[in-house]
Amino acid sequence: MDQTQLKIKQFLSRFFKNHDLQPDEDIFALGFVNSLLAMQLVAFVEKEHGITVQDEDLDLDNFRTVNAIARLIARKSGATA
Amino acid sequence: MTTTLEPPAGSHAAAVHAAKRKEKQSVKCVVWDLDDTVWDGILLEDREVKLRPHVVHILKTLDERGILHSIASRNDHGLAMAKLKEFGLDEFFLYPQINWGSKAASIAQIARDVNIGLDAIAFVDDQPFEREEVAFVHGQVLCLDSARLDGVLDRPELKPRFITEDSRLRRQMYRADFERNRVEAEYVGPKEEFLATLGMRFTIARCRQEDLARAEELTVRTNQLNATGYTYSYEELDELRLSPGHELLIASLEDRHGTYGQIGLTLIEKGEEVWTIKLLLMSCRVMSKGVGTLLLHHILRRARDAGVRLRAEFVANDRNRQMLITYKFAGFKEIERTGEVALLENDYSAIQPPPPYVDLRIVD
Repeated sequence: MDQTQLKIKQFLSRFFKNHDLQPDEDIFALGFVNSLLAMQLVAFVEKEHGITVQDEDLDLDNFRTVNAIARLIARKSGATA
Repeated sequence: MTTTLEPPAGSHAAAVHAAKRKEKQSVKCVVWDLDDTVWDGILLEDREVKLRPHVVHILKTLDERGILHSIASRNDHGLAMAKLKEFGLDEFFLYPQINWGSKAASIAQIARDVNIGLDAIAFVDDQPFEREEVAFVHGQVLCLDSARLDGVLDRPELKPRFITEDSRLRRQMYRADFERNRVEAEYVGPKEEFLATLGMRFTIARCRQEDLARAEELTVRTNQLNATGYTYSYEELDELRLSPGHELLIASLEDRHGTYGQIGLTLIEKGEEVWTIKLLLMSCRVMSKGVGTLLLHHILRRARDAGVRLRAEFVANDRNRQMLITYKFAGFKEIERTGEVALLENDYSAIQPPPPYVDLRIVD
């Protein structure tokens, strides 16, 4: 895992205790993703990485796994660089 | 005698005020100065200050209307609270800000603590300087001169159309919230475990006639967690409630600290092949309880079991992004856009069972 993936995993680990989250593991299959987690996850992606998640990026598939989130971040920071 | 309660015409504050404040935005919380406002005299100079009876009347009347009260006073905190207790008024004020800092900062703090917009706050003070400072920093706040309070109870901003069971209990519910937050702040451990200690019961029921006033109030009061912002009158809601082509559901929440009241509402238009969610809203008081998605997932399960497709309308405003996130994270995708209205559709691939920390009850 690279820096970004590790940071994402660390962030998500706060919500999924005692679980070694795998890079391609679907977080929505792990348990209830409530509105709090959703909001904090989007805020984390934006603040930690200085990017803006547009409405069209809010697609569920962009947030399903550590790798999907990392790809979204890479794409958005590439686009704004 | 006619009294106007705006800042003096021509002042800078008045200009800012007029420019930023929307007409007749309803006030949810009145923030009071103490010295020469709630009482006659200055507490630090005179321990025997005299309570102003007309202010007590205003406090109690607004409280019954479901409007909250708070304090922004430059004073000694312990002394002022003891005096309020002596007057039997301490319980009327939520998150009192009694300190030597700026009142604009105190008001910002109150807005954060109560979780309402600055445009839902009125501020009462006898000092023009204080009112102008607040108006200058927060143009959306309605600033009132405490020497000119006659007629204030008739102001449209302070007269909600309906007084519901929830509005009468609002202060108690906020106080229960304060207690919950205090307990939560002291809790060491994961959020979910803390939520489990609350023993939350979330009830979803068909809207009955006696719920309609609260339902209308929710459509008018809720901005932040509101997917479309459509408002419906009492009469319209009554019609929709009885219409076979619609379903109007109201949700309530309680826990071991007490009730949160009726905090969620949804309107579903039921076509033969497609159901459309026209309205989905949640009171921001339950935002931190992780129950926002419960109502939506309930609708998802119902629609899937009925064998129809499920769509939802979404109209963005400057504060309701969380609702879009809620929809998107529940697997909704935008399929069409007409002006400001986005039409979303769900493919049922992301339905989740209710979380373990909530007892979900469906009343049909």
